[in-house]
Amino acid sequence: MSNSDAALTPGQVETTPAGKGLMSQETRDIIVNGLWTQNPGIVQLLGLCPLLAISNNVVNALSLGLATTLVMAVASGSVALVRNFIPHEIRIPAFVLIIAALVTIVELAMHAWVPALYIVLGVFLPLITTNCIVLARVEAFASKRSTAHSILDASMMGLGLTAVLVVLGGMREAIGKGTLFSGIDLMLGPVAKDWVIPLAHDYSGFLLAVLPPGAFIGLGLLIALRNRMQMRDGGRGG
Amino acid sequence: MMSPALRETVSTALTLLLFSVIGAGLLSGAYTLTRPTIAHSEQVEKLALVAQTLPPGSFDNDLIGDALALPANAQLGLKRPGFAYVARKQQVANAVVLEAIAPDGYAGEIRLLIGIQADGRISGVRVTGHTETPGLGDYIEIGRNPWINQFNAKSLANPPDAAWKVRKDGGAFDYLAGATVTPRAIIKAVNRALHYFENNKARLLAPVKINRAEEK
Repeated sequence: MSNSDAALTPGQVETTPAGKGLMSQETRDIIVNGLWTQNPGIVQLLGLCPLLAISNNVVNALSLGLATTLVMAVASGSVALVRNFIPHEIRIPAFVLIIAALVTIVELAMHAWVPALYIVLGVFLPLITTNCIVLARVEAFASKRSTAHSILDASMMGLGLTAVLVVLGGMREAIGKGTLFSGIDLMLGPVAKDWVIPLAHDYSGFLLAVLPPGAFIGLGLLIALRNRMQMRDGGRGG
Repeated sequence: MMSPALRETVSTALTLLLFSVIGAGLLSGAYTLTRPTIAHSEQVEKLALVAQTLPPGSFDNDLIGDALALPANAQLGLKRPGFAYVARKQQVANAVVLEAIAPDGYAGEIRLLIGIQADGRISGVRVTGHTETPGLGDYIEIGRNPWINQFNAKSLANPPDAAWKVRKDGGAFDYLAGATVTPRAIIKAVNRALHYFENNKARLLAPVKINRAEEK
């Protein structure tokens, strides 16, 4: 994994603004790393607990993914802002404190404004605190880099994770229940009640896909697929 | 005078303290900001659940606000105090929704809301919490199966006590293949709740005390 070293010691990444178009090379690297090369879900394999537990349908996956992304972006931004005031010895407790406070605020906000979703996500919402991808990006990236880049990095890592969650959730929901987007009204209100897409009539369901083993099998397939695409690409990256 | 090492330790500790104080401040702010909304949405949700067990339009009072406290009670399976929600229309109590627990489900307690009209007939039963086997015992949820609706309009006289069983045991109630322990537990709990209602009818349906709302 030659590439992971590059991502974890980002200080050595080329910083010349020699990129084409609007984005600098560095900005583009951050985006590609988060979404693909260093995707937390299928490459770094960080934060698997919520990934496996909550990806039993698209709506759950998307909601938890977005909540995690929000926490990551704000946490990395705040850490990057105050990074020069945090003594090295206490950086980890300080980071954890910032993350925990943010997660609790997100939890309270969701309880207040999307209570149905709050109940569905249950304990996995507060557990974002312990999701190692959040701390990993804060420690490896935000504590060393500019605020803007840190926010971008965290958002891209979060979106990368969300994308994997949604694909996995879609697979499990389609195979396990024969629908897509069931429960979307929990997210968007009663307007969305009819947005559920039934894929087959009288589908009796396939419990294995919805239960935790389905998550492992699905994730394994996704990783295999990604590795295959990577190999055909000529062995770049992971 | 402090030694340099001590000074550094103290300053590090103070920095962490500062972070904690800022964090606590943010949290209490967020809590204060969201508390009214959370309390409100919890009420709405509870009200929607309780109202499902009552005939539509059968009450015009504040079900949650007027709830009676129920002491812990073996007949209802309540190990801790619960609530009885009294439905009143123009101040006349016409039904009550009892919180009850069936303690002997297949995988533990099954929490119930049981709506009983003044004449002793059931207006609706809902499961509010259970840990029965997914795919087997969870047909007791209204979202999965209308099974729970067969309690509607049943009373102690219809069917008689001896028939408050699943058909397999010679009773009057249907069950779905795959799980009989679960329906047995619920049928027994509903039957006991009806007996509790008969014994405590006078108190549960007592005329409303004059309160602020009605003085207006």
